Amino acid sequence: MLTLVSEIDTPYHRLPAGAKFGALSLATVALFLAESLTLQLAALAGVAALYLRVGPDFLSQGLRSLRPLLFFLVIVGLWHGLLGTPRDGLVVCLRLLSAVALANLVTMTTRLDDAIDLVMRLLRPFRRLGLKTGQIAFAIALVIRFVPVMMENTRRLLDAWRARSARRPGWQVLAPIFLVAIDDATRVAEAIRARADLATYTDLDDLET
Amino acid sequence: MERNIALVALFAALIAVLGLVPKLTLMTGIPITAQSLGVMLCGTVLGARRGALAVMLFLLMVALGLPLLAGGRGGLGVFAGPTVGFLVGFPLAALVIGWMTARLSSLPVGPAAGISAALGGIPVLYIPGILGMMVMLDMSAGKAAVSMLPFIPGDLIKAVLAGAITAALARARPGLVASRPAG
Repeated sequence: MLTLVSEIDTPYHRLPAGAKFGALSLATVALFLAESLTLQLAALAGVAALYLRVGPDFLSQGLRSLRPLLFFLVIVGLWHGLLGTPRDGLVVCLRLLSAVALANLVTMTTRLDDAIDLVMRLLRPFRRLGLKTGQIAFAIALVIRFVPVMMENTRRLLDAWRARSARRPGWQVLAPIFLVAIDDATRVAEAIRARADLATYTDLDDLET
Repeated sequence: MERNIALVALFAALIAVLGLVPKLTLMTGIPITAQSLGVMLCGTVLGARRGALAVMLFLLMVALGLPLLAGGRGGLGVFAGPTVGFLVGFPLAALVIGWMTARLSSLPVGPAAGISAALGGIPVLYIPGILGMMVMLDMSAGKAAVSMLPFIPGDLIKAVLAGAITAALARARPGLVASRPAG
């Protein structure tokens, strides 16, 4: 499945995922505590420098992933402009841009395997409380597989509708889509039960052997 | 146990697939996506506990960097953005919807699911969403609440759909809907 990881190879790809997540958490807290316009300007310049260090292509990729923010930035800008507090509005907008761009940077440079690994490591202490981390890893793998299968089934059901009706497919097609998916899930569950006792697994590594 | 994991994973995938449905634009010009319909169905079909787990699994996959949110968004950035409150509200909504669908067992399953989906999908989801916008955008409560009004018609339509689909699934596969055991 498509991921948001950038295909441009950056030095950040080689940093350990844990370090990146830790730094991101600290930086985000700092961004939300800082009320000074100078600090926020400096922060955004710093984030932009992190992107630019890799190259202009990487920077434009980063800018593209910020596009959904544009609407909110315009609203906040207009609102504070009307209230006569443009400086506050600027701080809010700069902070939002830096925080989202920095988080995107971590996502763009952390491969899915490394991210899953990190989550499993972070969840490990909760095993003592009865959390079955192996089941979470297994569920993640199932979702990754289910999404394309469901999309293919949906496409086939829509084709079947179009072959029989002159009208556009309506909401009535939703129930059969879910029904096919639920029957698939039931068969998957039977297959898992037949092959392995999932309850005994606590680690993804156990499932691979 | 295997069936529970498969169903939780399936419904997490379902929220993702519904997010890929092209968005409709209502007459008011407000785009609505089918993604929250997936969250509603998690609650009405799977029940409170498994429904909330399915939504949390979906959010985990988004955080891991998969572009599963409506419009192909995803990654850690969405959790630092202005709509983070709605993401936090998703599992809460599924929890309340599942709980209410079970509580309304004196009603037929369709209306029970529809009413629960409307309550869970509008007030329960909007309150954390509004709080999120207040924090992230430095908005007043009133202004954030007013900005949500255009979304209510779309979410009401989705609640009705959730009720109809839940009733259809309960008819086709007795025992599937958590709050309505077969027989």
